[in-house]
Amino acid sequence: MTAFRFTFAQTELKALPSGALYWPEQRLLCVSDLHLGKSERIARRGGTMLPPYETTDTLTRLEAAIDATDPAHVVCLGDSFDDLAAGAALSARERDWLIRLQAGRTWIWIEGNHDPAPLELGGSHMAEFIVGPLTFRHIAENGATGEISGHYHPKAALTLRGRHISRPCFLRSENRLIMPAFGTYTGGLKCSDPVLKELMDATSIALLTGRQITPLPYARLR
Amino acid sequence: MRALPPILKNWFDTRGWSIHPHQQDMLDRSDAPSLLLIAPTGGGKTLAGFLPTLADLAEGPHEGLHTLYISPLKALASDIRRNLERPIAEMALPIRVEDRTGDTSATRKRRQRADPPHILLTTPESLALLTSYEDAPRMFAGLKRVIIDEIHALEESKRGDQLMLAVSRLQTLCPEMRRVGLSATVDDPAAIARMLAKHPDPCEVVLADPGPDPDIRMLETTEAPPWSGGGGRYAIPAVLEQVKQHKTTLIFHNTRAQAEIFFHHLWLANEDSLPIGIHHGSLSREQRERVEQAMVDGQLRAIVCTGSLDLGIDWGDVDLVIQVGAPKNVKRLVQRIGRANHRYNAPSKALLVPANRFEVVECHAALEAVKDHDLDGETRQRGPKDVLCQHILIRACAGAFDAMDLLHEIRTVGPYADLTRAEFDDCLDFVATGGYALRAYDKWQRLMQRADGMWQLRDPRATRQIRMNIGTIMDPDTLKVRFTGRGGAPLGEIEEGFAAQLTPGDTFLIGGQIVRYEALREMTVEVTRRADKEPKIATFNGTKFATSTQLSQRILRMFQQDNWPTLPTHTAQWLHLQREVSRLPEPGRLLIESFPRDARHYTCVYGFAGRNAQQTLGLLMTKRMDELNLAPLGFVATDYATLIWGLEPLRDPAPLFDLHALRDGLDSWLAGNAVMKRTFKSSAIIAGLIDRNHAGQRKSGRQATFSSDILYDTLHRYDPDHLMLRITGEEAERGLVDFSRIEEMITRVHGTIDHITLDRVTPLSAPLFLEHGRTPVEGAGQDRLLADAAQELMAEVGLDAL
Repeated sequence: MTAFRFTFAQTELKALPSGALYWPEQRLLCVSDLHLGKSERIARRGGTMLPPYETTDTLTRLEAAIDATDPAHVVCLGDSFDDLAAGAALSARERDWLIRLQAGRTWIWIEGNHDPAPLELGGSHMAEFIVGPLTFRHIAENGATGEISGHYHPKAALTLRGRHISRPCFLRSENRLIMPAFGTYTGGLKCSDPVLKELMDATSIALLTGRQITPLPYARLR
Repeated sequence: MRALPPILKNWFDTRGWSIHPHQQDMLDRSDAPSLLLIAPTGGGKTLAGFLPTLADLAEGPHEGLHTLYISPLKALASDIRRNLERPIAEMALPIRVEDRTGDTSATRKRRQRADPPHILLTTPESLALLTSYEDAPRMFAGLKRVIIDEIHALEESKRGDQLMLAVSRLQTLCPEMRRVGLSATVDDPAAIARMLAKHPDPCEVVLADPGPDPDIRMLETTEAPPWSGGGGRYAIPAVLEQVKQHKTTLIFHNTRAQAEIFFHHLWLANEDSLPIGIHHGSLSREQRERVEQAMVDGQLRAIVCTGSLDLGIDWGDVDLVIQVGAPKNVKRLVQRIGRANHRYNAPSKALLVPANRFEVVECHAALEAVKDHDLDGETRQRGPKDVLCQHILIRACAGAFDAMDLLHEIRTVGPYADLTRAEFDDCLDFVATGGYALRAYDKWQRLMQRADGMWQLRDPRATRQIRMNIGTIMDPDTLKVRFTGRGGAPLGEIEEGFAAQLTPGDTFLIGGQIVRYEALREMTVEVTRRADKEPKIATFNGTKFATSTQLSQRILRMFQQDNWPTLPTHTAQWLHLQREVSRLPEPGRLLIESFPRDARHYTCVYGFAGRNAQQTLGLLMTKRMDELNLAPLGFVATDYATLIWGLEPLRDPAPLFDLHALRDGLDSWLAGNAVMKRTFKSSAIIAGLIDRNHAGQRKSGRQATFSSDILYDTLHRYDPDHLMLRITGEEAERGLVDFSRIEEMITRVHGTIDHITLDRVTPLSAPLFLEHGRTPVEGAGQDRLLADAAQELMAEVGLDAL
């Protein structure tokens, strides 16, 4: 997995093909919208019983990202749990796994609209986290600068030689970076959606995830 | 002989009508527990089905529902209601007839449950829904007869399986209920009889006089058909000439896209402005109803249509049917021809228009098959388990049940007669707990077993969701198309995938009009009437039928003749030339040709296994060739052959046709394949694992629900033995993958492979070079495409220095 280096708010960052973000100078790894426990929440609320393996899958991929980068800090950018009860309902194995991943590094849970309160799962809970020029928060705010957020699950869709391609993506404008969702059971919002258009501009770039990161001009995507 | 009650007899007499022998037969045997009528189109089938009901109700009053009539088409149900209401009114019979479909209002539906009419006309899906209500026993109390119209159209589909499961439920509620099936001419009446009867009871069959043979011929054209492709545009002048000579003509096409293109060009050539309409399943209801009404009123001279017009709606005076493109299946051809001349004992008239040179051969083979009354049939498969899972959910909605009682009831349905206890338990466990190796849903399971052993819904509120998902028909994700502006007229639907390829300014064809894509607003494609560009052709995910085994075999036998006096000269010469430079494929042998062209090595496999199987064969063979370092680059498949190209010549094809190796290849290839994911999605919806996407639920500005592909991949990784994956495998193999026909082909040829190496393209393989739908063989192709595009686009906007 080769990372894609780029500069954002005078900071050298790496977008990883898995959809995680790495800040080498701080040894900080950031992932967004894990939505752990989603299948449990859907079943609890009377929906269907989806394959209950998304927490395992998401944690497996998170562990791989951690193993690959060995970060000193991990920031989970909100909506880490599909709701607070889903977080509380994680199996003992999944809780132990999370605790194990936290060993030897600081771990920050940014609060999201799905998980607005702390859970007893180690790490610290914050509304937002500011380091140097960068602000980590769940939902993008008006007029922010150097802001890294999640929430929208942006995905890029385009048609190349008759083939329809749709991938989760990072969106980067001059002042903000919106992260793709890292969780296994997450859908996407087309990056042409008016909500995202508001947040991006003509010079914005989309970084498509996949086997490698592919940068494309935001204005060309749908 | 059971006599008609006087009031009915009088009504017949005053019209100068006499009862057909098969109608009398149906009346005489109306006490049979199961009774199947096989009659040609126009044989008064529906009346034959209803006569005993009318006789019963004319003879004495009946409390509640007497007869339930089920048709595969909503339109048919309302059509029949109108046809029944007239005689009932004229005879002043005390009979209430109502229909109930997805279009019936909620108030009316509620009233029908509380106070059912004597005769209720409905569809399989509406019936399934009715059986899911707790008050079903009360509503169906006293039910005497269930009539299943056009039962042949339901025979090979999940709708039929669902219907017969619902009927098994009705039979338990009403042990005295008699089953009546009405079918068009079919190859194997016994198979339909087995479907209709309560297993293992017998079913009586009434065979009506099949009437005179149809007058069916090839359409003579001055221009020879092209070498490849579909659509039959070359025949438009001759088709118009026929339309002029007849009162009303139906012009059938095999796909909606072809119907659109043909209609467009037909109008360009329609100098006399003959009133010609178009009708297919993707047009808006308003559009379709307008065409249907115009047809009934005799205002149209022709309708360009697809299978949406296949079933027996009364279309008035159709005197000619034209089939454009090879019919692929003789049975369907015969039923379409039956649409013409809807009068008993008059021959129907039809013309075949082959779309390309090979279809000339196929059409001739089909003509002969019709003459020989050799109809094709599929071997009936075991009942699908996704439908069974849905049935268990529907049963649970109606109240607590005993698992063994339900199993016994299910086994009275033919296709499920040999369902094992273990298979049933698997389905029940899936429905109840999700059936995962990781038992994660103890707390939230859907069904639970009570202390007394009965099963019931854990949360009774789940009924709403289950009922919303009832049905086995899979609509592709479509977007509505309408003209811009407030209240713009709706035109129909296009598939989301096609819409995604459009950019504002692009034009496309819909309902015969060229429209210009302007914007996508709240899941609606807005268009204007500006046609300033060559239109794109909308793709519709309508089923592409594969040529049936019987028809393929007939073509192979035809190839064995010394010459072909009945074929047009151009086609006969083509076959003679093939015989000269190579050979013609034979039944019981497999012909493979290899030849170089333009620095590539080509191999053509004439499997005659139908489009889906030939496509699968292409995927499996290229995979094997890749392993053997033959560097295959791509392939294309038709109903009769697969053409593969690569960098190395194929010297010995035998190792490629080892059934075990192919099967292994299939299993590993299938796992990550798009066909599997598509199959998984529909089975998962039917089985109740994921909800149907109801129109209007998807709003903009929110993340879409995640794709079912993710569920498939997750299950495959963490629970590969899960029931849903097993069901998906079974479904794909008999559906899009059609591996059974590859197996059949390999068994049929017994290893007798004729491999001919030549120095150039052969006459029979040449048309394959012109086929669309080539499949590239690739690994990381998509990423390579992306990388190229990225470089180009970033440079274009000056961001390449990033």
